[in-house]
Amino acid sequence: MADVAIAPRAGSPKSQIREATAWEQLKHNRNWLGFWFMLPAMAFLILFLAYPLGLGVWLSFTDTKIGRIGEFIGTENYEWLWGDDVFWLSVFNTVLYTAVASTIKFAVGLYLALLLNENLPLKAMLRALVLIPFIVPTVLSAIAFWWIFDSQFSIISWSLKNLGLITQNINFLGDTTWARICVIFANIWRGVPFVAITLLAGLQTVQPSLYEAATLDGASSWQRFRYITYPLLTPIIAVVMTFSVLFTFTDFQLIWVLTRGGPVNATQLMATLSYQRAIIGGQLGEGAAISTAMIPFLLAAIMISWFGLQRRKWQQGESND
Amino acid sequence: MTDLPASKVDLKSVLSSPARVDHSEGMSYLQSVPRRLVTLYLPLSIILLVLLFPFYWMALTAVKPDEQLLDMSTYSPFWTWSPTLKHFHKLLFESYYPHWLWNTMYVAVCATVLSIIASVMAAYAIVRLRYKGANLVGALIFLAYLVPPSILFIPLATVVFQYGLFDSPLALILTYPTILIPFSTWLLMGYFKTIPFELEECALIDGASRWQILIKIVLPLAIPGLISAFIFCFTLCWNEFIYALTFLQSTQHKTVPVAIVNEFVDGDVYHWGALMAGALAGSLPLVILYAFFVEHYVSAMTGAVKE
Repeated sequence: MADVAIAPRAGSPKSQIREATAWEQLKHNRNWLGFWFMLPAMAFLILFLAYPLGLGVWLSFTDTKIGRIGEFIGTENYEWLWGDDVFWLSVFNTVLYTAVASTIKFAVGLYLALLLNENLPLKAMLRALVLIPFIVPTVLSAIAFWWIFDSQFSIISWSLKNLGLITQNINFLGDTTWARICVIFANIWRGVPFVAITLLAGLQTVQPSLYEAATLDGASSWQRFRYITYPLLTPIIAVVMTFSVLFTFTDFQLIWVLTRGGPVNATQLMATLSYQRAIIGGQLGEGAAISTAMIPFLLAAIMISWFGLQRRKWQQGESND
Repeated sequence: MTDLPASKVDLKSVLSSPARVDHSEGMSYLQSVPRRLVTLYLPLSIILLVLLFPFYWMALTAVKPDEQLLDMSTYSPFWTWSPTLKHFHKLLFESYYPHWLWNTMYVAVCATVLSIIASVMAAYAIVRLRYKGANLVGALIFLAYLVPPSILFIPLATVVFQYGLFDSPLALILTYPTILIPFSTWLLMGYFKTIPFELEECALIDGASRWQILIKIVLPLAIPGLISAFIFCFTLCWNEFIYALTFLQSTQHKTVPVAIVNEFVDGDVYHWGALMAGALAGSLPLVILYAFFVEHYVSAMTGAVKE
């Protein structure tokens, strides 16, 4: 539409007075302008995102160590990982962590969104409070959980002991099963606000008249949810859950603060394992291979997100946006 | 068709009820108070309690004297009558904490400003210049948003080392924009689309250049979007951990999240009070910022997902 405004000007009386020079023409060329406008963003993304992404895949085929340039060794890193029990344990842990945490985050988040969508006093304040766990840096809230899950001075153990439910302190982060439960709980705690608030934004776009009509037709609250809320929310659920799955799958900070992958690798995720092998152990090539092994999962999540977005466009009946 | 009269009566009673007049009340009048108490207020308060308890616990631990922290039988662990600022004193005067706070702030502000400038230009070009392949670039930028730092930190570490940026704040200032630019470009594209095209057409006819249009017309109208993008980027920077952990080494260069995890643990002795005081002090700037801009924050978060 902008060229409608420019086009008549090129041939307007102005150009009869003075011919537009090549430079002036170039100044109005959208491709030329576009290039310069895109330059800063593209420079960052190519230098520090696209290039490292490719470099990571290349490193995974070399035996690079910290301080030593590696040589191409083919798929040796992958072959080694294929026979490595710790690696497979970390894959299992990552899938378990992502599946359990994402499912519960979705269920609790949707439930919380539905609750907050009700007519409540102090609605704005409640919404603001709910989002606080998402604002506070993960590491800092993880430290609070570290203290809550302490083996000796845990407030949970103390409370349960005083209630007479247990006699001994629970070794939250020292026992393999408990450690898994604790990190998953902390992840859910941090992720629920994000899911709830974004789904709430989706819920608020659903027209109340639909519910009123359904109520008049005698629909129960479950039917109203199943046949109005859920179908209208599906596209946004697809996108939110893609993000949630993606960031849970590649989680690092929470695990690093709470358990560093221990006890006996019970909470070792692929991200923490790659950090341990690459940065602490110095085996950059092997660490890069572990990171690269995460990419197929990443692609799957992106595909789901893509089709979720497509479906949303289709539902809105728009060809653009 | 037989139930038509019944629904007519229903309709009438609904239309004449006060709920119809006061639209904000919606359909909640259909539920009785005790029922709402059980199905709404009870679960809501339980969830809120769980979500907020860690912060209460963090704050309480930060002001408790050491002997009360470790002795849970003589003192009630849920409250203290003798709050102390000892832990904060230790934090401010016996550690590098002010340094770390400054580093975090410095890195976050620089990276955010850089990213916002780059994203404003990119978003404007994609939405309004519509150069050849703009849609494709838009899609690629969205994909870049989905690349997590945990698969990039190893190759980035080698890149940072090659460029001689290791252990310098510049390493973080230059790498954080890769997380921030995709997000804020996507967000600003949505805002720019809502600005009427006619304004720009008028300016073009009056002979304004694209740059003038961006600075004098589009940006002032997109201020809410800019604030949203700024706050969200700032929070993301503050929260970032794995790059800071990998690229920084010396104690006084670290950012708050990395430093707290590593510096308050002497072997097996955990300084819980100081740890919690540090975590609290590190969260406060963000929470205060958030309190002032809740609406912008929410629109940033949901906007990026919706667009």
